[in-house]
Amino acid sequence: MPTIQIKGGRIIDPDTERDEVGDLWIADGKFAAGPAPSADVVVDARGLIVCPGLIDVHVHLREPGQEEDETIATGAASALAGGVTSVACMPNTLPPIDTQAAAEFVVLQGRRARKANVYPVGCVSKGRKGEELAGLGQLVAGGAVAFTDDGAPVSNAGLMRRALEYSKMFDLVIMQHCQVMELTVGGVMNEGFESMRLGLGGMPAAAEDIMVARDIRLAEITGGRIHVQHISTARAVELVREGKRRGIRVTAEACPHHFSLTDERLRTFDSNFKMNPPLRTSEDVAAVVEGLKDGTIEILCTDHAPHAREKKMRELDQAPFGIVGLETLLPITVTHLIEPGHLSWLEAIRKMTVNAARLINIPKGTLRPGADADVTVIDPATTWTVDPAKFLSKSRNTPYAGWEVRGRAHTVLVDGEIRHTLGGIVSEAG
Amino acid sequence: MPTASSAADSRPPSAGGPDSAPSSTAWTRKHLLGLEDLSREEILAVLDTAESFSEISRRSRKKVPALQGRIVFNLFFENSTRTRTSFSLAAKRLSADTQDFSAQVSSLSKGETFIDTAKNIEAMGCDLMVVRHPTPGAPHLLSQHVSSAIINAGDGAHEHPTQALLDLMTIRRAKGKVEGLTVALLGDIAHSRVARSNIWGLLKLGAKVILCGPPTLVPKGMERLGCEVAYRLEDVLPRCDVINVLRIQFERQQGGLFPSVGEYSQFYMMTQDRVRQAKPDLLILAPGPINRGVELTPEVADGKHSAILDQVGNGLAVRMAVLYLLSGKMEAGPSAD
Repeated sequence: MPTIQIKGGRIIDPDTERDEVGDLWIADGKFAAGPAPSADVVVDARGLIVCPGLIDVHVHLREPGQEEDETIATGAASALAGGVTSVACMPNTLPPIDTQAAAEFVVLQGRRARKANVYPVGCVSKGRKGEELAGLGQLVAGGAVAFTDDGAPVSNAGLMRRALEYSKMFDLVIMQHCQVMELTVGGVMNEGFESMRLGLGGMPAAAEDIMVARDIRLAEITGGRIHVQHISTARAVELVREGKRRGIRVTAEACPHHFSLTDERLRTFDSNFKMNPPLRTSEDVAAVVEGLKDGTIEILCTDHAPHAREKKMRELDQAPFGIVGLETLLPITVTHLIEPGHLSWLEAIRKMTVNAARLINIPKGTLRPGADADVTVIDPATTWTVDPAKFLSKSRNTPYAGWEVRGRAHTVLVDGEIRHTLGGIVSEAG
Repeated sequence: MPTASSAADSRPPSAGGPDSAPSSTAWTRKHLLGLEDLSREEILAVLDTAESFSEISRRSRKKVPALQGRIVFNLFFENSTRTRTSFSLAAKRLSADTQDFSAQVSSLSKGETFIDTAKNIEAMGCDLMVVRHPTPGAPHLLSQHVSSAIINAGDGAHEHPTQALLDLMTIRRAKGKVEGLTVALLGDIAHSRVARSNIWGLLKLGAKVILCGPPTLVPKGMERLGCEVAYRLEDVLPRCDVINVLRIQFERQQGGLFPSVGEYSQFYMMTQDRVRQAKPDLLILAPGPINRGVELTPEVADGKHSAILDQVGNGLAVRMAVLYLLSGKMEAGPSAD
């Protein structure tokens, strides 16, 4: 394998609290401790940020079963274009990832695609039906890095309790889509002033809050690890903050749409603003930002949810929930968290690297010597316009079409191999 | 061939109507999607135009040539009898060709999206689509994908602009004005598009709006629109000049919002007893279809305070006015000769 020198970049590695201009050396697909005598490939990173490859712990790659929306190959390519070198994909496929064989299929398709690293998340319950535990141990054997019934919350408190207890033997986290379904029947958007005005079915913030409260308490009595997916309400952020203060093993993630958009967007009746959890109010957005600032929310991710155009171009109540996010994670983080001064580059990158790696127990998200050489080289200053037609994802359902944004993944390495680049900075020695 | 100037020539009054021609200069819109978007002036422009069309309905020859050569499609993705009939008749009186399309007989059940359906209809030749759909925003979505003018004939619980316009017309005719009146919307506010359109229209014309119904049917936040919210009808009855009795939208409810129809009627049905507690000149409206014995008693529905049948006639005039105003904004169609 070629020896690579990434030269003159601002190296940011939250795992080692490193933030300095320097060179990064890669040999045999791993980070090297120091300079080699010569480099086969030189990446000129002057003016750019060099950080561990970003990790997205919440994506839907739709394979198997809904390949018209996305495949593992197109999703993993979309990840690379967004600077993401590892993804954890949700098990709500057809069939769901609730067996060792299904998990192994995801791993295999990821290897075949040879884009971003693809990690399967296994189901909590058989068939995502919320009735009995899936074979968690077998899923782990198949490569699962966490468990969730994402999309369908584990409604049965008894089952959730068992899942939190049983998963302790793998020290893997239960990721929960927190929603009390009885409170969201017929819901299309956040319940509040905007839903009242538009005559659309509402999903109250309390539906999320109540489930977050329940699951934190269950984590407390079991000692299991609960992870609150796509946190979106002010009260839920407060509950997680309080849970952490009490020493409970609770973590949380936030997605760009929940800190950059509010439910007022639904006035356009554009289904690209329909997701679950729904866009909330400006008070909720402020609370999510505050949670990101004070560390209550330690993870940034996308909930990348591709849907083919013909499915999304429907009446609002017929259109499925969800938006693509992999190719806009970084710029929306730049424009809505870093540039306004809510997070430093180091803190923002921390939430997309080492914190994510620790959540799903993978040896990634670091520039330490010997680790897999997954690197994202970011151009922090470039201004560009989001054009869904240029996405590498198979789907185009983004709420950010036409937005002028800043910051973009320039060159992306996985296992010491350049797998994505906008060009112009890579040169190969004689 | 209809052009901008010939459209002006075909104004209803020139076909033998009142001397003062209704001015359509306040009207610049291609679509009528809701009353939230309209200004007070635009609402008044529709009402004034409707008044002159109302006169036409009393003639022995009820047809004017304003929309000759135009094709109006009624796209109804949800059941309706009176609104569709009213629009059809309004279009016919303006000499448009009309065609009905309803979802039950369409290819929607074969998986075609409603946007595809509308595009197909447009390909057959269509100038104006009257759209009813169970989903809020469906007409708005359609307006982005077809080039026909769109009239929202009711989108879920969102808006039903022509219903509110005819309610306003009925109030204005009975009371001589809307400004300064106290108007209560009674019953199922949450699921009612009629309520939302009425709220916008009434507030813009300067009425005081009271929303009265059980708390499960009056969504939180309605006060922020500038309305008063009340749960007990007896508390507001004496102050009302107008009560608009809304139908319970059983088809849009998730169920269990009140214990029983009987209990609902006990608290909110307009009865002769309750009418006696109100002002002597109380005006009672109901958008229909009404559930006699649930929302109001037959005596009240047919009584001297009721304007229910006036509403139907005014609905025709309002829909003629809307079709007429929108047709002035249409591009010149293919030659009618």
